[in-house]
Amino acid sequence: MSTQRYVYYPGCSATGVGRGFTESLDAVFEHLGTGLDELEDWNCCGATAWPSVDEDQAFALSARNLALAEDRAPDDGPVDVLASCTGCYRALLKAEHVLNEAGPKAEKIGGALEAIGLDYEGRTRVRHPIDILLNEIGLDRIREAVVRPLTGLKVACYYGCLLVRPFATFDDQHNPTSMDRLVAAVGAEPIDWPLKTRCCGGSCYCGGPVIGAMPEATMQLSYALLREATKRGADMIATICPLCQFNLEGFQGRMSKRFGRPLDVPSVFVSQILGIAMGIDEKRLGIQRLLRWQLPDREPVPAEGGVHARA
Amino acid sequence: MLEPEAGLTTQPISTNGGPRIGVYVCHCGLNIAGKVDIEAVVEFASTLPDVAVARDYKFMCSDPGQELIEKDLREGLVNRVVVASCSPLMHEATFRRATAEGGQSPFYFQMASIREHVSWVTADGAEATEKAKALVAGAVRRVALHEYLEPRRADVRPDVMVVGGGIAGIHAALTMADAGKHVYLVEREPTIGGHMAKFDKTFPTLDCSACILTPKMSAVRSNPNITLWTYSDVVGVEGFTGDFTVRVRHRPRYVKADLCTGCLECIEKCIHKQGKFDDEWNEGLSKRKPIYIPFPQATPAVVVVDPETCIWFKTGKCPQTCIEACERDAFDFEQTETFDEVKVGAMVLATGFKTFDAAKMPEYGYGLYPNVYTSLEVERLLNAAGPTSGEVELRDGSKPKVVGIIHCVGSRDAKHHLWCSKVCCMYSLKLAHMVKERTGAEVYNFYIDMRTPGKGYEEFYDKILKEGVHMVRGRVAGVTDEAASPEEEDHLVIRAEDTLIGSVRRIPVDMVILAVGIEPQPDAQDVRRLFNISCGGEGFFTERHPKLAPVSTFTDGVFLAGACQGPKDIPDTVAQAGAAAAEVLAMVDRGFVMLEANTAHIEDEVCSGCKTCVGLCPFSAISFNEERKKAYVNEVVCKGCGVCVGACPSGAAQQHLFTDAEIFSEIEGVLAYV
Amino acid sequence: MSEQAREDTFEPRIVAFFCNWCTYTAADLAGISRMQYAPNVRVIRLMCSGRVDPQFVLAAFRNGADGVLIGGCHPGDCHYQEGNYNALRRIELLKQTLVGFGIEEDRLRLEWISASEGDRVQKVCNEMTERIRALGPLRLTTPSRVEAGAPGPAHELVEQVTS
Repeated sequence: MSTQRYVYYPGCSATGVGRGFTESLDAVFEHLGTGLDELEDWNCCGATAWPSVDEDQAFALSARNLALAEDRAPDDGPVDVLASCTGCYRALLKAEHVLNEAGPKAEKIGGALEAIGLDYEGRTRVRHPIDILLNEIGLDRIREAVVRPLTGLKVACYYGCLLVRPFATFDDQHNPTSMDRLVAAVGAEPIDWPLKTRCCGGSCYCGGPVIGAMPEATMQLSYALLREATKRGADMIATICPLCQFNLEGFQGRMSKRFGRPLDVPSVFVSQILGIAMGIDEKRLGIQRLLRWQLPDREPVPAEGGVHARA
Repeated sequence: MLEPEAGLTTQPISTNGGPRIGVYVCHCGLNIAGKVDIEAVVEFASTLPDVAVARDYKFMCSDPGQELIEKDLREGLVNRVVVASCSPLMHEATFRRATAEGGQSPFYFQMASIREHVSWVTADGAEATEKAKALVAGAVRRVALHEYLEPRRADVRPDVMVVGGGIAGIHAALTMADAGKHVYLVEREPTIGGHMAKFDKTFPTLDCSACILTPKMSAVRSNPNITLWTYSDVVGVEGFTGDFTVRVRHRPRYVKADLCTGCLECIEKCIHKQGKFDDEWNEGLSKRKPIYIPFPQATPAVVVVDPETCIWFKTGKCPQTCIEACERDAFDFEQTETFDEVKVGAMVLATGFKTFDAAKMPEYGYGLYPNVYTSLEVERLLNAAGPTSGEVELRDGSKPKVVGIIHCVGSRDAKHHLWCSKVCCMYSLKLAHMVKERTGAEVYNFYIDMRTPGKGYEEFYDKILKEGVHMVRGRVAGVTDEAASPEEEDHLVIRAEDTLIGSVRRIPVDMVILAVGIEPQPDAQDVRRLFNISCGGEGFFTERHPKLAPVSTFTDGVFLAGACQGPKDIPDTVAQAGAAAAEVLAMVDRGFVMLEANTAHIEDEVCSGCKTCVGLCPFSAISFNEERKKAYVNEVVCKGCGVCVGACPSGAAQQHLFTDAEIFSEIEGVLAYV
Repeated sequence: MSEQAREDTFEPRIVAFFCNWCTYTAADLAGISRMQYAPNVRVIRLMCSGRVDPQFVLAAFRNGADGVLIGGCHPGDCHYQEGNYNALRRIELLKQTLVGFGIEEDRLRLEWISASEGDRVQKVCNEMTERIRALGPLRLTTPSRVEAGAPGPAHELVEQVTS
């Protein structure tokens, strides 16, 4: 069992749309005997926008966070840096790769760090919180912590793009199952569906299918996910990225109108599902921030969808 | 290495009065001259010790080039030759022959590679010229010390072996047997025929595969010169060119092959009422019993009992109705593995290929969705002797109405195999035609490029186009069962960008066929070590030269035929098999091979009897005389590696053509002047 | 070339012993593929890496080589079964001995390069050239190359021992 505390890089969305993710992760990690410590004085990672403008600058932004994490570490060993938003996860991980590859780019970024009195030693390991839950804390510990098994809850685990692309460090690139296993460990039923890693349009949107750069495209992409998940009987969509969660949650009304199919399915963070099963208070998990939250109030699992009671 | 007898003299030109070295620098067109300053090299060579003549020529390997050498030798201007040109692996034999033609022993020759090792790999002309000079100096200093060597030969045994009984092995075996040679044909499966026996029709003529193959299989069976060993494999190879000792293992069928008539009553009467185990021959699409024959025309037509699944072997409790059913009393459940050791002069490896495992591309749904098939599975469906008697059916028995065929599965792919598997476009067109014919379905082929280079191939493509097969030019992104619109419900959907119309398409189909590529057999590395040849980076066996020697290998006496050397279709396979057979026949009919000149020998007076060398020789070519306390090298067995020479503490062991003195001289040469 | 000039534009001279079946063939492949690499490596062809006598290495250094590279088949793939294992043992021992003479370990390199690995020939030649360039010229005393009065590293060692 892991009792170590982890350095946590929240990213910008953690104080905005993704607040529920950070809150629920924090609560779940504490409950399991470990904890997340926010990296002090972290800065924006550049997400997916800045690399398109100037890749080296974007790497430098991420590199500062990594160098700070090393600096603050209690010893000289490897430092796990957790990033929950997959946009941040990818940005930090890519920067870590480039820095470790030792070439002109690494030197350039190293120079930028030097200019602010920092240096990168190559000790960080950028990881995603569900990697830690699955592989460090472990499913056994999670199962033991369940007080309210979510029997009968059908969950569509949606991984999105960046968790397994371009780097698939802890799960399969085409058919990831890490979230499915976590959800199963708390008694729920992950459904089998083909769109686990299909893009939700998150990157083109920066504000969703209403404000974003390509609203129609985003709407189509997100709608396809919701349609397929509900068709296959999902009660809820579990996500691991604030952008995905928001995209899938926020525009179901418009999508229903646009595509003529009623949609009313909760899109939540997987840590919120885990937290509820562990009996953690809803407020600590940020459940109140969700637009919709419905747990099926029935046991055992019914054959087809029934009336969902508000939890 | 395999030099004709003519031109080799036994009396060398006298080297009294010291070495007179002729240095010949080749331009190789612009290949060398375009980078290296030839004049400077010639000028430099003329200043080296013992160099009598330094010349240059555009193509030293050509007749006039070789004539330059021969003339200088004949006129007594030179008695040793250095050629600075391409790699010795390319033309050492050529120039040794020229030296011999000029009347000097061919071993008074040394080559400097200033093409592969200099002009082709050095960016700066001045640096290239300096390096060329250094290598020429090394060669000149070395050749001054070369000694007289007699070319030696060894007899080639008359029998030959073919490993692998697919179309390549069959054709090679028949060709050599018809020439009167005794051929051992070893095949790992219980039947010969290889992949070709699994196909229904072959492109571009749409000949029935079995119809053209089975007469050849039959001919193999009845040819008195062929010893056919099926369900057998090679487990050991010893010896060397012209004299290989091969150990072959025969796996037990538990049936006496000479008594079995192939009546198949035993299979009918087996205690299992129906097949229960995956039928390998039908690519797992049907089930077989523990006692089986791969297909009706299997050659030999002898049944096999599979000990992994037969009740008798698992539990010892079975009424053995099979034995009862056999009128010839052919069963023998006590059979064990047997071995044979044969001596052959040459071997042809025709071990074939395997298809790419489509499960490695989960985005195409193989193994996830039931109606995604590989091309080989569909060949079995189409085959009248296959699991559905020739009907193209989905898993639930219904006929597909729309079929998608995806090209390049596993090929031309940075994540899997970079190469093009050469046959898939053609067979995908063939499958399109046959599926359409058998089911009337709409067929879509998704391709990257259409590769139809053979005789009649482009015409075949035209024909398929005219039949109304839809062609989508775009690499398929994925196969999914997601239905984005009502038309897609209950279908598999193929998503691909149609690059010719510039838009992404989603095409709902009932059945997906994956055109899996060709890859080397999984045990290719083990097999190639057994035969002492090499594999290329991709795993196919390496030919001696990709353009000019596609059937021989760097191990004399071992030849290649068919897909084991690289992906190819049936016409090319048969052509290559014929070529391999011809080269084997050339070797065997000539009756001898020239042996390595670079064998080791031990100087009696210097040998102290320390025995360091004896244990080192991997070929046991060194023996020790206990009375005289001296070691001796058997130069017939010696393969010329030089390991004993490198180890000998007293310098008693020396290697012809690679003596210590010669090498020290070469080392000094490459460093002393430039 | 004067000692000073040689040091200013130091071009390492590396002697390589390549085995016929694997590494020499790979070098040919690099040539056929037109892979460009540093011209500092001068190849001597042997039938097997097992033929390399430690004296060859010493002779190379003595004659002015700054580095020696030996190329053979990968373990298990030797055309003559085991020759490369002999090379491995000898060279490892030799390296330790050379270090005692003041010749840095990196100046003697043993590489396994198979016939299809033309790119490795390019990589190793380039890498080794740079490494030797960084180490500097060896300057073992040889009559024709070094000016009289310039001691080599072996000379210094002797001085230390006797003083």
